Amino acid sequence: MKDIIEGRVWVLGEDVDTDQIIGGKYLTIIDPEELKKHVFEIALPEFAKGAKRGDIVVAGINFGSGSSREHAPQALRAIGTGAVVADSFARIFYRNSINLGLPTVEAAGVRAIFEMGDPARIEMRAGRITNLRTGASVTFPPLPHHLLELLEVGGLVEKVRLELEARRGGAPA
Amino acid sequence: MSTNGGHGGTLAEKVLARASRLDSVVPGQIIEGHVDLAMMHEQGAQTVGPFHDMGATSVWDPDRVVIAIDHWVPASTEGAAVLHRILRKFAAEQNLTHFYDVGNHGICHQILAENGWVVPGDLAVGTDSHTNMLGASGAVAAGIGPTEMAAVLALGRLWLKVPPTIRINVKGNLGPGVTAKDLVLRILGDVKTTGATYKAVEYGGPTIEGLSMPERFTICNMTTEMGAKCGMVAPDQKTYDYLEKIAKHAMHPIQADKDAKYERVIDIDVDGMPPMIACPYSPDNVRPLTEVVHEHVKVDQAFLGSCTNARIEDLREGAALMRGHKVHAGVRFIVSPASTAIYNQCLKEGLIDVFTEAGAVFTNSSCSACFGGNMGILAPDEVCISSSNRNFPGRMGPKEARIYLVSPAAVVASAIKGEISDPREFGL
Repeated sequence: MKDIIEGRVWVLGEDVDTDQIIGGKYLTIIDPEELKKHVFEIALPEFAKGAKRGDIVVAGINFGSGSSREHAPQALRAIGTGAVVADSFARIFYRNSINLGLPTVEAAGVRAIFEMGDPARIEMRAGRITNLRTGASVTFPPLPHHLLELLEVGGLVEKVRLELEARRGGAPA
Repeated sequence: MSTNGGHGGTLAEKVLARASRLDSVVPGQIIEGHVDLAMMHEQGAQTVGPFHDMGATSVWDPDRVVIAIDHWVPASTEGAAVLHRILRKFAAEQNLTHFYDVGNHGICHQILAENGWVVPGDLAVGTDSHTNMLGASGAVAAGIGPTEMAAVLALGRLWLKVPPTIRINVKGNLGPGVTAKDLVLRILGDVKTTGATYKAVEYGGPTIEGLSMPERFTICNMTTEMGAKCGMVAPDQKTYDYLEKIAKHAMHPIQADKDAKYERVIDIDVDGMPPMIACPYSPDNVRPLTEVVHEHVKVDQAFLGSCTNARIEDLREGAALMRGHKVHAGVRFIVSPASTAIYNQCLKEGLIDVFTEAGAVFTNSSCSACFGGNMGILAPDEVCISSSNRNFPGRMGPKEARIYLVSPAAVVASAIKGEISDPREFGL
């Protein structure tokens, strides 16, 4: 995980639920490269074609509510999203994103300081997000140690892999 | 008992203390919870890759894992067939014998409920967001994603942040034609879709105590729509009677302490409460049904199904209303029982005939029209009246389609009249 994340933002509204991130008809797709073509098809149709690697998604309250589908953060990760920032998150989406190693930051008031296309800087450890066009910023409580550690190692798969390896007492693969 | 800094524990805190092998826990604390039951549906196919990538070789306890496919049963697309195939292969390799496959299938939560897989005191996790339903058995039951499930399969545990608890006390009597669904919609209207985010919801009070287990499942099911980590009802004699012959493992009948500390207490009196309806495009956009009835909203599709409301009690109630009536011309009425066992019971009781002779289609058990990915998909300008749990934009296909959420009785009343209707008009 990078401590400083910079990118161009895409701004979404409030209560963007998982149906609006990736629709039910795409849930049999396993390949993230295929999934990413349909991300935000309902909420922000121009995103899938226009998003560039490192872009940051900024949303209002309750981002990712609804289903437990991991397809939602998978598709965002596959398209190269640098971070997802929202006023607040629904719990399963938040867990799924962190588990996949996708930096996910809850910062109340963040949506109000951005417009579509603004450049943003996120300081993960300091707990600050700044709009580099206007200079406006909001702070957020840094992630708990446990979650930072998960992002550090690159997600849950890697964390469990290291734990199982340690348990077996074997050398790293 | 006062163990948590001078006060007792809520139901969720005490169950999570047991799961983490600690004497007590407090909200905000991050714990490692030992899982009593792990459930996977089709999304479980996506656990297999991460499970192997983690270097895991065997599931921590095959007897604590249930697989129940439900979204596309039997497979309606090649993609779904592949997901099923991955799960069958993984189950065979890992000796996961509790696999509810085609012919013995049902909606995953109903499979857990009717087979006694989740019991009081359990920590249960499933790859579906409505896993919260099982909290009606006095368990902490939460939805998780497939990568997280891979870690659970490998280790038998997961990290959890202990949630603060909202206590909802309900008193009063539900009137004729007013159901547990109307009650949970009413609660959603108050709590809203973000009101319980990251939190536990504990339902209690005389009205909740008076509800049957199936009704409690309906209430806990829609706690998901409040954003909650779990929705729970403390176990009582009804819980034990329901589970007595079917419980798959030992019960730990944990109760909240009398001096538990709640983040918020909501008191609701249901005396005189009318049937409720959640209007597009959110389950918290709740109004009294009578208001919407006056607007004469024509329906194109009626759906009696889903993990929220397709148990035998719901279908009996629906059939009782359906008898002697026809489905209104131009309405497609889809009835989908929540499990094959319920389907078979309907067959025995003659309920299937009641629906099909009235002009409804009675399908095999599955999630059916609820999620817009298999059958019962809407055209953009259509309206569906549904006993399910979500009506977000795009839930049943196109984002413009309008879904109204009501009780099973109100679904049937609307199917008969061709517009959104109050079941009490039929003498309920």
